[in-house]
Amino acid sequence: MSFLPRSPWILHYDASSCNGCDIEVLACLSPLYDVERFGIVNTGNPKHADVLVITGGINEQNREVVRNIYDQMPDPKVVVAVGICACTGGVFRECYNVVGGIDCILPVDVYVPGCAARPESIIDGIVRALAILGEKRKLLETKRTKEQGGEDTAPGGRK
Amino acid sequence: MDVLLAVLFVVLAPVIGGLVAGIDRKVTARMQGRVGPPLLQPFYDVAKLFEKEQILVTPSQNFYITAYLVFIVVSGALFFAGGDLLLVIFAFTLAHIFLVLGAYSAYSPYSFIGAERELIQIIAYEPMIIISAVGMYMVTRSFYVADIMAAKVPLISYLPGVFVGFLMVLTIKLRKSPFDLSTSHHAHQEIVKGVTTEFSGPMLGRVEIAHWYENVFLLGFIYLFFAANPPVAILVVAIVYFLEILVDNTYARVTWQLTLKSAWIIAGLMGLANLGILYYLSEVLHV
Ligand code: SF4
Repeated sequence: MSFLPRSPWILHYDASSCNGCDIEVLACLSPLYDVERFGIVNTGNPKHADVLVITGGINEQNREVVRNIYDQMPDPKVVVAVGICACTGGVFRECYNVVGGIDCILPVDVYVPGCAARPESIIDGIVRALAILGEKRKLLETKRTKEQGGEDTAPGGRK
Repeated sequence: MDVLLAVLFVVLAPVIGGLVAGIDRKVTARMQGRVGPPLLQPFYDVAKLFEKEQILVTPSQNFYITAYLVFIVVSGALFFAGGDLLLVIFAFTLAHIFLVLGAYSAYSPYSFIGAERELIQIIAYEPMIIISAVGMYMVTRSFYVADIMAAKVPLISYLPGVFVGFLMVLTIKLRKSPFDLSTSHHAHQEIVKGVTTEFSGPMLGRVEIAHWYENVFLLGFIYLFFAANPPVAILVVAIVYFLEILVDNTYARVTWQLTLKSAWIIAGLMGLANLGILYYLSEVLHV
């Protein structure tokens, strides 16, 4: 049994949002929506996070930052793009410094459209991400067992 | 020495500690007008941490964190076995030194700040814990937990000041506001989790389990003040924990200077004054 979907800790990063989507993400944590009911905790630390929630599009300034944060998260992990800016670049996609949606540098698992995305749809997106998280864990495990099996049988492997 | 109790502690403390943490989160949520997570959420969290990939910043981290967990368990087991209180306190402090070393072994400014604050917290609460042990010795003439447990007189009637002082450092030890400086369950953004910043996956899980052990041990220490009357003692432990949650939810974090100052002032005023009066009564007036 996997406990991952029961205790998703999210890391919220504001790539280049207008702040509209950010406050909606934070609204999810408020008593009205109370995502802690589902065990969701907002951590500020990539090393503790399972779900990376990004609002706003990628620009030339934060390209490296987003990549860096993603690389620091331990596997298995999922990425949720919140808001139309995070999905495609939105109204800012023509700007000279904007690269586009999150998917131009990271593999995005769930897109949550909307400008701003409503708390209901953000929660819905994260719940859908949890199913993917569970699957990713299974994949990781089969990969691990295969790797171990491969190491044992491979000729000329490390002694 | 009661080995059975020690074994019971090692087996049951994580279960009790996890449940207490679950109740804590539920009560906190209710105080904030929320529904809150399920009661078993802390267990889900830790189980999940053990499912995650282990990222080691330095291999020595692994050693330090394991040592932290082991020494917390040892100090708790010694305590429940009725061992020497001074030895218990020594093992307990040593455990936290390992935690600080673990935080220092990773090259991260957040982790460093967490480690420094953890050290300051140790400096802040240590005198009061020693004073508590000394106070218990002055009443029962023994440092052995078994003897203190067996004392006919309720310790609280001799050590009210020490008890209040101990409650104060308990807030520091349980990592609750206003003294949750080095790491906190609420400080998600502002101090980026302090000492535990660089621990992930199974390692963070071990820190969490150690924290459960620690909480049970500390609640056991409170029990000691009322050991003469077990039902009252259990009631007091429950009330104290509830008050801690209430304080946690109603106070903002303070600076480390204020933590240190207030902890020492309380320890000095309440603890030392209490011991002084005890000494005066017993040695000078012979009552
Ligand atoms: S999607 Fe709309 S609300 Fe969200 S960051 Fe973009 S412009 Fe702002």
